[in-house]
Amino acid sequence: MKLYFKYMSILLKAQMQYRASFWLLSLGQFFVPFSVFAGVYFLFERFGNIKGWTFFEVALCFGVINMAFSIAECFVRGFDIFSNMVVHGDFDRILLRPRSTFIQVLGSQFEFTRIGRLLQSIMVLAWAVINLSVNWTLIKIITFILMIISGIFIFTGIFVLQATLCFWTIQGLEVANIFTYGGKEMAQYPLSIYKKWITRFFTFIIPFGCVNYLPLMYILDKIHRYEYLYMLTPLLGIIFIVPCLFIWEMGVKRYRSTGS
Amino acid sequence: MKAYISVFKLRLINGLQYRAAAFAGVATQFFWGIMHIMIYEAFYTNAAIIPPMSLKQVISYVWLQQAFLVFIALWIRDNEIINLITSGNIAYEFCRPCSLYGFWFAKLTAQRLSGALLRCFPILIVAFLLPEPYKIVLPDSVTTFLLFIASLFLGLMVLVSISMLMYISMFITMMPVGSMVMATAIGDFFSGMIIPIPLMPAWLQKIAYFLPFRLAADMPFRVYTGHIPPAHALEGIITQLVWLGVLVLIGHIAMNKVQKRIVVQGG
Repeated sequence: MKLYFKYMSILLKAQMQYRASFWLLSLGQFFVPFSVFAGVYFLFERFGNIKGWTFFEVALCFGVINMAFSIAECFVRGFDIFSNMVVHGDFDRILLRPRSTFIQVLGSQFEFTRIGRLLQSIMVLAWAVINLSVNWTLIKIITFILMIISGIFIFTGIFVLQATLCFWTIQGLEVANIFTYGGKEMAQYPLSIYKKWITRFFTFIIPFGCVNYLPLMYILDKIHRYEYLYMLTPLLGIIFIVPCLFIWEMGVKRYRSTGS
Repeated sequence: MKAYISVFKLRLINGLQYRAAAFAGVATQFFWGIMHIMIYEAFYTNAAIIPPMSLKQVISYVWLQQAFLVFIALWIRDNEIINLITSGNIAYEFCRPCSLYGFWFAKLTAQRLSGALLRCFPILIVAFLLPEPYKIVLPDSVTTFLLFIASLFLGLMVLVSISMLMYISMFITMMPVGSMVMATAIGDFFSGMIIPIPLMPAWLQKIAYFLPFRLAADMPFRVYTGHIPPAHALEGIITQLVWLGVLVLIGHIAMNKVQKRIVVQGG
């Protein structure tokens, strides 16, 4: 773990060298989700609600997902650009070192400019929380924090899976964006607005439902039975990363065995 | 002129080689299209007041956006040009016996054209075959279709001329990505990429109409669906021509000025 923090501070110093560029990029990273959120705002202004969900309820959902995504993106960038590592043969060097491959790839790149998106999502969350008439009990606050942590783990898992694909092929990896960026776009809205099969896929296979729909219903007092089950669903989201790590290790073994 | 045409041809053929990437891109865009359509559908089911654009028109709009994404996305960057500027090899480019502005313009247009050609047909074909209401509508008449094609290509050139200004600005700022990300976020928003312009509130639509970004995307797509009737479409095409003239002129002048005071960076 110490190794990871060392990587992080080195990369932070390196990225901060180009001050102006850093801040401009971060500003840009703020504006992209800001413009998306503006779009959501204007659509609500025109349509009033979406399948029963009001603007601030969706804003809460939006904020949680974007916050989880921006944190995951910042820390897991090494996996996002993993294909470069494999193509240039740098992964072989990592295999030689007496440390976990996961930690090394994790620490290979950070993208601190994602802080722009993080800031935007915090602002959205603050706005939503102020305007929602939710009775914030301690349990609800814990659920809320768990939602974000769970989201971070889910996105991390997807990024790791995306990188694991590199052990098999380097072509057409763009398709994985459907699950990372696509998953984020999709989960910005409560999953119940989509068709049933989408809701099911994103609850059971890639468990966005555990971050988005199920605990949200609990926080907004939309369900009146089995409340504690709904509250605990974010934990399922956190568990998602375990199979992802298994698959990663399988990929590493396969890479080793092909004797490159 | 011959030089520009050959650059165009070369880049077009070059771009058409990248099939695997295009296939992956098509799958991603298809997903994006379906997702946004489902979101709009969910909004429209509860519409209390009749919206200014029907759901069918919005759905066609979304499919056209995805099919022609490479034509309309301001955020697509040409890394070759960026590297030339930041590495200083741009000095070699200036030695060419033709205008660099024209050279780059032809190159960028060809790249976007080849990218779009690879991707638009699969997406459009599937979009035609989808069941109601997810399918894309056919244009009502041949006139509408021809106006669509004309405005689509003029829109592409307007977009390229805007992006030329962004590349030229890099000579001065020397920052490849930073300044561009913000400009592209604003440009993409006002081209109708986030929400169609008719669905924006009135005050925002006024701003959108003032800017040229809508001419590459929002305008041609609404000509296609008939939301912009043929008479207005002709007005729109004239607007496109005027903006194209202005932007190309400004671009030429800026390029010449920059050439004169060029700062060659690094070795």
